[in-house]
Amino acid sequence: MPLLDVRHLSIAFGAGEQPVVDDFSLVLEEGEVVGIAGESGCGKTVSMLAIMGLIGWPGRITAGLMRFAGQDLSALSPRKRRSLLGRDLAMVFQEPKSSLNPCFTIGFQITETLAAHTGLGRRERRSRAVELLQQVGIPAPESRLRSFPHQLSSGMNQRVMIAIALACRPRLLIADEPTTALDVTVQAQILDLLLERQRETGMALLLVTHDLAVIAGTAARVLVMYAGKVVEEGPTREVFASPRHPYTQASLDALPERHAGHARLAALPGSVPGLDERPQGCSFHPRCRFAAGVCRRESPALLPAGHGLVRCHLPLAGDGTRGP
Amino acid sequence: MLGVRSARHRRSPGRSRAAGIGWGTWQSFRSSHGPVLGLAVIGMFTAIALGADWLAPYSASEQFRDAFLAPPAWAEGGSTRFLLGTDPLGRDILSRIIQGAQVSLGIGFVAVLSASVLGVALGLAAGFSRGLVDAVVMRTMDVMLALPSLLLAIVVVAVLGPSLINAAAAVVAVQVPHFVRLTRAAVRAERAKDYVTASRLCGAGPLRLAFCTVLPNCTAPLIVQATLGFSTAVLDLAALGFLGLGAQPPTPEWGTMLADSRGFLLRAWWVVTFPGLAILITVLSFNLLGDGLRDALDPRLRR
Repeated sequence: MPLLDVRHLSIAFGAGEQPVVDDFSLVLEEGEVVGIAGESGCGKTVSMLAIMGLIGWPGRITAGLMRFAGQDLSALSPRKRRSLLGRDLAMVFQEPKSSLNPCFTIGFQITETLAAHTGLGRRERRSRAVELLQQVGIPAPESRLRSFPHQLSSGMNQRVMIAIALACRPRLLIADEPTTALDVTVQAQILDLLLERQRETGMALLLVTHDLAVIAGTAARVLVMYAGKVVEEGPTREVFASPRHPYTQASLDALPERHAGHARLAALPGSVPGLDERPQGCSFHPRCRFAAGVCRRESPALLPAGHGLVRCHLPLAGDGTRGP
Repeated sequence: MLGVRSARHRRSPGRSRAAGIGWGTWQSFRSSHGPVLGLAVIGMFTAIALGADWLAPYSASEQFRDAFLAPPAWAEGGSTRFLLGTDPLGRDILSRIIQGAQVSLGIGFVAVLSASVLGVALGLAAGFSRGLVDAVVMRTMDVMLALPSLLLAIVVVAVLGPSLINAAAAVVAVQVPHFVRLTRAAVRAERAKDYVTASRLCGAGPLRLAFCTVLPNCTAPLIVQATLGFSTAVLDLAALGFLGLGAQPPTPEWGTMLADSRGFLLRAWWVVTFPGLAILITVLSFNLLGDGLRDALDPRLRR
């Protein structure tokens, strides 16, 4: 039984609106590290919030099935669902500064979660908080417990966020662009920290990012999203070595790391279509080098290709050229 | 100098859990004279109100038949027996003002406290719910705000009957809409922030979210509103008393004292001057304090 099993999830904001996320499926095994890549506005965060059950009004899950450790998430009562959050399912956000409550000390915020989900006493909660801060690499954790978020740097705050997320030893941690707001050296530290904690606790880690380089170094499997849909899924190594979807290929070509020696970076013309301007047929066809007639008429399905799945009428062959 | 200041700042978290109102706020508050003066005067009045039974030279309702309308001590014909003179019924004005502080400040405090508790509760409900609850609460408050405040107070007293407690209820009715609007606006602004989502991700339920996560972040404007509301409450209570709709004689309430001696204004200036001054000084002090708090609690206005 997979830890997390999401099938054909669709989310729309407002009745009768175009879905923001369409046909999103994800199977995650215990202890697995999976990356989700995509541009801003492609529905990464919304689908993660849906898994957590935090889609706010007027957002609505219009179709699909979500199971966590065998439980149907949408059938749970709000109270049961809340008791999962923070205990079995945890999440870290992009903006560490605004993700911590400015009114309370970080010690209070860590122990709050422990108080909600564990039967630990005040002393034990405190020592567990110190232990957690130590684990996420915060020096002098005992005195830091009394600090307020504004007294710490962004990197420190992100470590605190991770400590809170890890407080109850979750089985799944969703890291939603955990390094985007941090500078490059701190980014590497935070990623290393997440992976180290993942290895040590054996939790599953879902790493959401728009930075393909982050995924390359961390995740075993990758999902690439475009305009609310998963366009390619497969083992990271294979997807990066021989992308099957033209969007994945174009995104990889735009990575500076792959362009040592070239004068100009390859760029993908155009931009992601807005929610009300998503085209008929394949949503990527206006920007696709290989678009054919069928791409303009029919929306492709997610089908096996190579080592994974790809949503393309005319998937690329393994060598980067167009298939037969 | 700089080093000293930053060291102080670092020490601040140990003092209180709420970062919004801490050492820095006090530093900023202390730097201006008006608010500090206001705070001092309010402290003095509070002390007087609390110790009224010991401080007042006479009982508030004791009549001295040998001294009707005796002038204050320093005026012609005055004596140190009655420092601020006596009223038309021969009662010592100083004692009545001291006892009146208990009534005015006490009832004012209770009224503002009830108004803020009620207003914050309704504001949180409106801010967190959408649709019907929000619409019903806010439109009701709009109607209450559309009426001139004194008129609304008079309506409430007219319905409930004139008494000190009903006057307090009227003041609550006048003040609640302000608290509701302020709370709702602050809640709306805070609710969209990431830390609220983060708190939900840790499994916080709606009540915990409202009272433990969002409310502490909305306290600064509410404290200012409560302080300024206190001065309006004292003023409204006095106005209702003056109109005969609040405290009933012989209760030594400042507004009622004014009303009682209105007819002697031309013959004996002191009977209206001192209760009037008491109201003026109290209201002024609370306004000074409120303005100072607003500046100190809003980092953008800090110097």
